Amino acid sequence: MVGTTVDEPTQMQSQATVVPPRLEVAEDRRGAAEVFDQLPSEISVRDLDFFYGKEQALFGNTIEIKKNRVTAVIGPSGCGKSTHIRAYNRIFNLYRDQKARGEILFDGANVLSSQTDLLDLRRRIGMIFQKPSPFPMTVFDNVAYGLRQHYRLNRADLANRVEDALKRSAIWDEVKHKLNEPGNALSGGQQQRLCIARAIAAEPDVLLMDEPCSAIDPVATAKIEELILALKSKYTIVLVTHNMQQAARVSDYTAFFFQGRIVEFGPTTKIFSNPAEKQTEEYITGRFG
Amino acid sequence: MSTVELEAPHNPGVPRGAAQAAARGHRLRLGDPIFRVVATACGLALAVAMFGLAGVLIYNSWPAISGLGTSVLTTVAWSPVNHQYGALAALAGTFLSTLVAMVIAVPLALVIALLLVELVHPAVARVVGTAIEMLAAIPSIIFGMVGIFVIVPFIQDKLVPWLLTTPLGGLPGIKPGPQFQGGGVSIFTGGVVLAFMVLPYITAVSRDVLKMVPQVTKEAGYGMGSTTWEVMHKISLRYANSGIVGAVFIGLGRALGETMAVAFLIGSLFTALPRSIFDPGTSIASLIALTFSEATDKIQVSALVELGLILFLITVVFQIIAQIWLRRVQRSTGGRA
Amino acid sequence: MSAVAKVRTAPARRRSIARRKATDLVIKVLSWIGATCGIAVMAFIVGEVVVRGAGALNVAFFTQPTPQDVTSNAGGFANAIVGTLAITGVAALIAIPMGFLGGVYLAEFGRNGRIATAVRMIANVVMGVPSIIVGVFAFAIIVKPLQHYSGFAGSVALAFIMLPLIARTTEDILNLVPNEIRESGLAMGAPRWKVTLGVICKAARGGLITGATLAIVRVAGETAPLLFTALSSPYWMTGLFGPGGFFGGPVANLTKTIYDFSGSPYPHWQELAWGGALVIIIAVLGMNILVRLLFQRGKEW
Repeated sequence: MVGTTVDEPTQMQSQATVVPPRLEVAEDRRGAAEVFDQLPSEISVRDLDFFYGKEQALFGNTIEIKKNRVTAVIGPSGCGKSTHIRAYNRIFNLYRDQKARGEILFDGANVLSSQTDLLDLRRRIGMIFQKPSPFPMTVFDNVAYGLRQHYRLNRADLANRVEDALKRSAIWDEVKHKLNEPGNALSGGQQQRLCIARAIAAEPDVLLMDEPCSAIDPVATAKIEELILALKSKYTIVLVTHNMQQAARVSDYTAFFFQGRIVEFGPTTKIFSNPAEKQTEEYITGRFG
Repeated sequence: MSTVELEAPHNPGVPRGAAQAAARGHRLRLGDPIFRVVATACGLALAVAMFGLAGVLIYNSWPAISGLGTSVLTTVAWSPVNHQYGALAALAGTFLSTLVAMVIAVPLALVIALLLVELVHPAVARVVGTAIEMLAAIPSIIFGMVGIFVIVPFIQDKLVPWLLTTPLGGLPGIKPGPQFQGGGVSIFTGGVVLAFMVLPYITAVSRDVLKMVPQVTKEAGYGMGSTTWEVMHKISLRYANSGIVGAVFIGLGRALGETMAVAFLIGSLFTALPRSIFDPGTSIASLIALTFSEATDKIQVSALVELGLILFLITVVFQIIAQIWLRRVQRSTGGRA
Repeated sequence: MSAVAKVRTAPARRRSIARRKATDLVIKVLSWIGATCGIAVMAFIVGEVVVRGAGALNVAFFTQPTPQDVTSNAGGFANAIVGTLAITGVAALIAIPMGFLGGVYLAEFGRNGRIATAVRMIANVVMGVPSIIVGVFAFAIIVKPLQHYSGFAGSVALAFIMLPLIARTTEDILNLVPNEIRESGLAMGAPRWKVTLGVICKAARGGLITGATLAIVRVAGETAPLLFTALSSPYWMTGLFGPGGFFGGPVANLTKTIYDFSGSPYPHWQELAWGGALVIIIAVLGMNILVRLLFQRGKEW
């Protein structure tokens, strides 16, 4: 069944059932209940279908990604989570047999239309991949990559922005004396934060994160989760994760995918405490992985 | 003696019991050691071959080395009639024709590799790649024949006259020197044909090396909003650069040693340095090819062998450099090239 | 951690997307031009040889020896073809067993040893030695001591070129055979040599044949190594020994004959040379394509 509409949170709270103790809901949410429909949408997806050759992988996905919020995308392996967000920045265009159909509205225009300027789209929608992938260059050059590519900056300006991005990614102190070392000399968790710095240096509006912590140790994961919470005031973040606790900790809204369809979408607190769909509940409580 | 002595050294992949069981049979005791010895001997034969080659070359060039000293490398003219054994003209010709070849072949190889890796469907890439590799299968004399019957007239009758009317025709290195004979049979022609003989090697290695760039890294580049060319030159080429260097050295090695086509096309001017790439000249390999059979004077033969030794040493050094650079790519990607 | 405010500096001037896309397009166009160039050159060469040589391939070409009389239109390259077959055949007899066993050594016994690594490196280096140097080498060790040219000396030179080639391709093919096959063979109690020669080589048969065939075809087209070893001859090879024999004197061969005839001023002789070139191209390219088609299946390891 295609994604359901979302109840007003206030109504839901009064019917709250017991929250399973092992799921922690993050504390620094906006205290007041917010009205979903009144929030500005960064990305509106309508009826998104996706095909790998002849095989359909996504079926009529419809979802609203709200500005300056973290939207988590969860679901079992192979359910289409990564496929879905990879449609937003059209990175799937690299592969001949992958096709998308439907509407993804971003800044008033359909991302999937052939008129879309991919270079500009990807400047505004950045992506962090599962495997940390620093470019084969120095730390500085990695972060400066997007800046040099999209902007004309003098040297001082460039250096400032690089430092700024590294500070905002909470990695400046660790690398400030390593700026001329190769990016892949850093540890896994540091590399991923470097990739985040690289992505935000170019000043995108949206950050797509495709399981950014799955290849990273728990301590570094915690740092990245803190970072996501800090970043959301400036960026809209869509986070694909197979780790439900992470989704519960970090996100404002959660979409549950199953076999290419959005089964349920709503505020994270509701999804994890009182999901409307039985399938969602079964996944949340671990009846299937 | 105990069975253990007859075992092959413990291969980590083989359960110990299996090796012992294998050695236990009486009939089988001799098979394995003989096999091992014979195989090892054949392996070592390769090393023997190379050192034998080097040794024979040194031995046979000794009379020239001791008799002529360094004059072979410093004298320009090769004129056995006048007892002159200078290889400088040949070295210059080798160097210049190789230079022309690489200037053409390396960029060409890189853009073709770019096409094969990024721009076309894998099936098309296979066909195009195979077609380019067929260039490597065409024997040298055929390049030479097509060169002399088709390319040489074209360059002599069309290209050079046109070029001399343009400002390019006055540049040093292009402006015809005193030995100019029309430009058809010249260093340039040799270099151009040489370029297409080494192209498949550089292309194949570059393509293999570029394929080793991890897909995630390239996706990250595209994800930053880069064009295909930007990903290629800022990321892929940087990632694979030791491999590209290795590819270039492999091309260099082949270009230096190419004999027949160059012999057809570069001319046989042994006695003077070329002033322009459109002058005729010679190369070490073609000098040997053209004069060895008629060489009667012992010193002449020995001097030719010395030239061969020089060529051998240069190509060995280049091959080793190429191997070292290619190994660097292997190490950084963890794969086998 | 509290939310970090974005430090806003003055908005930066944007680089022109249009220019970046234009550069990208130019490079893509250059790539297509480059690929077309490469293929065009290949097609052109083959085409020229076919056009100029097809006329020469008649019955006489394959049955008559090389002409010595410049006035007649008779003659063929039959003796040269036979000579090349003989020289290449003997070279293969020498090089294939040794190269194969050398490759076996590298793959089976020398996985990590320092000696094997050195041997592998040496094989790679020898593969890069110019073929004319190999010819000089064969001259020095066979022609000079025996005081005469011979087809055998040519075979030795060609074998020298083939040896590292076959060893490396054998090694590569054998390395593709999964370890499980190796282990199951040994676990059944079979001796190492039986497992290697019987089981593993049978599994890798396609690749091994391909490697050997490509090596043979590669040296069949070589001229430089034969220049001072087999030289050439206008006559048929007369047996094994004696001045016209394989071991006794110069032997006609296709490549040297083509070289000589193409350099002659007589149109008929030049035409014969093109005919010879066509024969070589058909053999070399034909074999290459053939084994590639067969080998694609072998790659499914």
